[in-house]
Amino acid sequence: MTGRAAPTSPLGSALQRVEAREKVTGAARYAYEHPREDVLYGWIVGATIARGEIRAIDAGPALAASGVIAILTHESAPALRRVADHELMVLQSPAVAYRGQIVAAVVAETAEAAREGAALVRIAYAENDHDVLLRPDHPKLYKPDVVNPSFPTDTALGDFEAAFGDAPVQIDATYVTAATHNNPMEPHATMAVWEDGGVTLYDSTQGAPAARDTIAQVLGLERSQVRVISPHVGGGFGSKGSPRPHAVLAALCAKVAGRPVKLAVTRQQMFDITGYRTPTIQRLRLGADREGRLSAIAHDVVEQTSTVREFAEQTATATRVMYAAPNRRTSHRLAALDVPTPAWMRAPGECPGMFALESAIDELAVAAGVDPIELRVRNEPPSEPETGKPFSSRSLVRCLEEGAARFGWASRDPAPGVRREGRWLVGTGVAASIYPAYQRPSEAFARARSNGRFEVGVGAADIGTGARTVLTQIAADALGVDLDAVDLRIGDSALPPGPVAGGSAGTASWGSAVAGACRALSLALEEGAEGEVEASYDTGPDLEARGDYARYAFGAQFAEVRVDVDSGEVRLARMLGVFAAGRILNPLTARSQLIGGMTMGFSMALLEESRMDPGFGDFLNHDLAQYHVPVNADVRDIDATWLDEHDEHLNPMGSKGIGEIGIVGAAAAVANAVYHATGTRFRELPIRPDRVLATLGDPL
Amino acid sequence: MPVEQAQFADITLHVNGEQLRLTVDTRSSLLDVLREQLGLTGSKRGCDHGQCGACTVLLEDRRANSCLALAVAHDGARVTTIEGLARGDELHPMQAAFVEHDGLQCGYCTPGQICSAVGMLWELNEGWPSAVTPALDDAPFPSREEIAERMSGNICRCGAYPGIVAAIEEAAS
Repeated sequence: MTGRAAPTSPLGSALQRVEAREKVTGAARYAYEHPREDVLYGWIVGATIARGEIRAIDAGPALAASGVIAILTHESAPALRRVADHELMVLQSPAVAYRGQIVAAVVAETAEAAREGAALVRIAYAENDHDVLLRPDHPKLYKPDVVNPSFPTDTALGDFEAAFGDAPVQIDATYVTAATHNNPMEPHATMAVWEDGGVTLYDSTQGAPAARDTIAQVLGLERSQVRVISPHVGGGFGSKGSPRPHAVLAALCAKVAGRPVKLAVTRQQMFDITGYRTPTIQRLRLGADREGRLSAIAHDVVEQTSTVREFAEQTATATRVMYAAPNRRTSHRLAALDVPTPAWMRAPGECPGMFALESAIDELAVAAGVDPIELRVRNEPPSEPETGKPFSSRSLVRCLEEGAARFGWASRDPAPGVRREGRWLVGTGVAASIYPAYQRPSEAFARARSNGRFEVGVGAADIGTGARTVLTQIAADALGVDLDAVDLRIGDSALPPGPVAGGSAGTASWGSAVAGACRALSLALEEGAEGEVEASYDTGPDLEARGDYARYAFGAQFAEVRVDVDSGEVRLARMLGVFAAGRILNPLTARSQLIGGMTMGFSMALLEESRMDPGFGDFLNHDLAQYHVPVNADVRDIDATWLDEHDEHLNPMGSKGIGEIGIVGAAAAVANAVYHATGTRFRELPIRPDRVLATLGDPL
Repeated sequence: MPVEQAQFADITLHVNGEQLRLTVDTRSSLLDVLREQLGLTGSKRGCDHGQCGACTVLLEDRRANSCLALAVAHDGARVTTIEGLARGDELHPMQAAFVEHDGLQCGYCTPGQICSAVGMLWELNEGWPSAVTPALDDAPFPSREEIAERMSGNICRCGAYPGIVAAIEEAAS
């Protein structure tokens, strides 16, 4: 098997989503929608203080309400096993670590009754002062052992301080990003059914096998006693990457009630108990010669976690890879505050880190008087800068050049703040993108049925990525059969274990296992096996035998913005992304995914911000009216394309992941365009109208 | 506590062409009656506050957020949900266009987008203007700008908007 396939191969074809018909007819079932007789409804009661302890709970009025069956509190909930993720230790203690933390649950005959019951639970607290605001000199800042998932917290090469001090061109700037929430359209939900000595969870998760393992651990069950079923997932963007506390709570509710219970997190509750991207404060220092060649790079990050669980976002890791410079350092410092626990959100690390780095690179280009694309070309590293490993492929320069040609960069006047069309200031910006090409161990099976069809199973998840479609293509290709002959099964922990849909590693991980199982089955059939034949494959040994390369996808993003001088509003006029991500297996779904990432990236620059209120001690704007995500009218002209990139060092398909790279660099491209339009450098996101207006002064 | 009967009311709904006599909790939204009582789970709950559009259905041909509609207040109403758009195996043209243009990813907002798009075209045909309609005395035309403006009550977090607009443009033609 090589990275290339015959022209007739289904790999690379723009196949429509195989489950599209189910989704456009409403037949696709999400977690809360699996029919079950005798089901009860759970409702979460969240803490109304940010730090303290529960003194007393009066469940009487709630229990007296019509239809209410049970109230679970820390006094009555079944005991759980201690697990690494303390967020999952639901109702095990009277302590309150953040506002909105689960302190009780109501189980009732209907959702309406459960909701009313939840409003009637009376809780008395002993309240303590809370500490919820991140700042660069916070006394609680500490150095975590590693950053997510296992990167070194700090790195250093050469002598940064000396080289920076000697550099004729210096940039020393601090960038601030807001807390942002994943906000998938489907709120987190779980239906728990205890039967046959175990529990089945119909859950909205990015990885059924991994969720099964964690849930079994916390409930003190064997893995064989837990099954997680998740055929369709209404988005996750990282927030469904591991079980969240409501999933454990649903299991507890069903256990106590002795009947199936389904429980959905409300949109408001999602802001507290399902994770978010930490706010960051990032100091970037770049030292360069007068031609813009870097001699020194430092990226020092301050961010937050909760007191319940440490999540250390790997914000500076992309800076370890992007540009050549002999003297360099990166660091991460964390403060554990009385806030909800941050977690993965699309491209954790790369996304906020590359906003800062790519803004600083733009500032350096301005300071050195060098075109920002040329500046990046001059700082291309011959190998991974901090490890010396060869890149398996690195097409950043080609992406920049292709994008420049398509976007019309050559005619750009670099002077900022000089293009005015009526009320609008107009500008353009560019930034680079990067995302690692991960692959994780996965297993899969392939089965030839007596009816001539092929059943292929892997514990994968399709959270809207197109995984179900692309895996069907990979299976059909490896089997040498029509797409229609393949029945792909995913979204069930009873299937062979595969990693979560995360780290843009799904296709590489699950796909390699599917390709392996299907090729083994093909071989068995060629050798004359008859009847129901099954083959399986485990990619673990292949991964251990892989060469030691630095594997990354790269990209270039271009944005044109218009800034209203009267209101300060920034409008995205157009945006183009050019990516190099190995072989693109399905241009239709790939384009959608890349555009989706870019859309979330520009909204990080202009719209998204979870506001922490110091008095209230929680995120204030916790709904979709006040937390702004892009609507249709915000997206005028966003397009994504890619280079034909052949990389022999990846996987049988020759693919790199594409789920996250679209968001990386997008915010910097927009912010750099706002600088070009206005002449003001915005180092704090989002670039809100009030912030813009404050810099524009009197109308021109 | 046993369920009290006083908080229930009998209503009639005409759902996807079928007349249904129902006893509903007076607190129930139309969305909950559709999903929990009738098993029509195509209409989605994304926010329960009329902020995301995932629950959009056609109420007397007009698009409505079913999470904001109290079921008891719609006795006798004619409701079309995503399950009522196709004719047997034949997809409604709007559904087919969404598939063709990949106007969906995770699919959770999709039924609401499609119902909203069908209702939106009805509004266009009736001559209702929007904030971006160039002139009030001309019949509005389903341009990309009009479609994007009129579909901005339906959030797609996956960012499938370009495909959604292309799909509606094709279905409108």
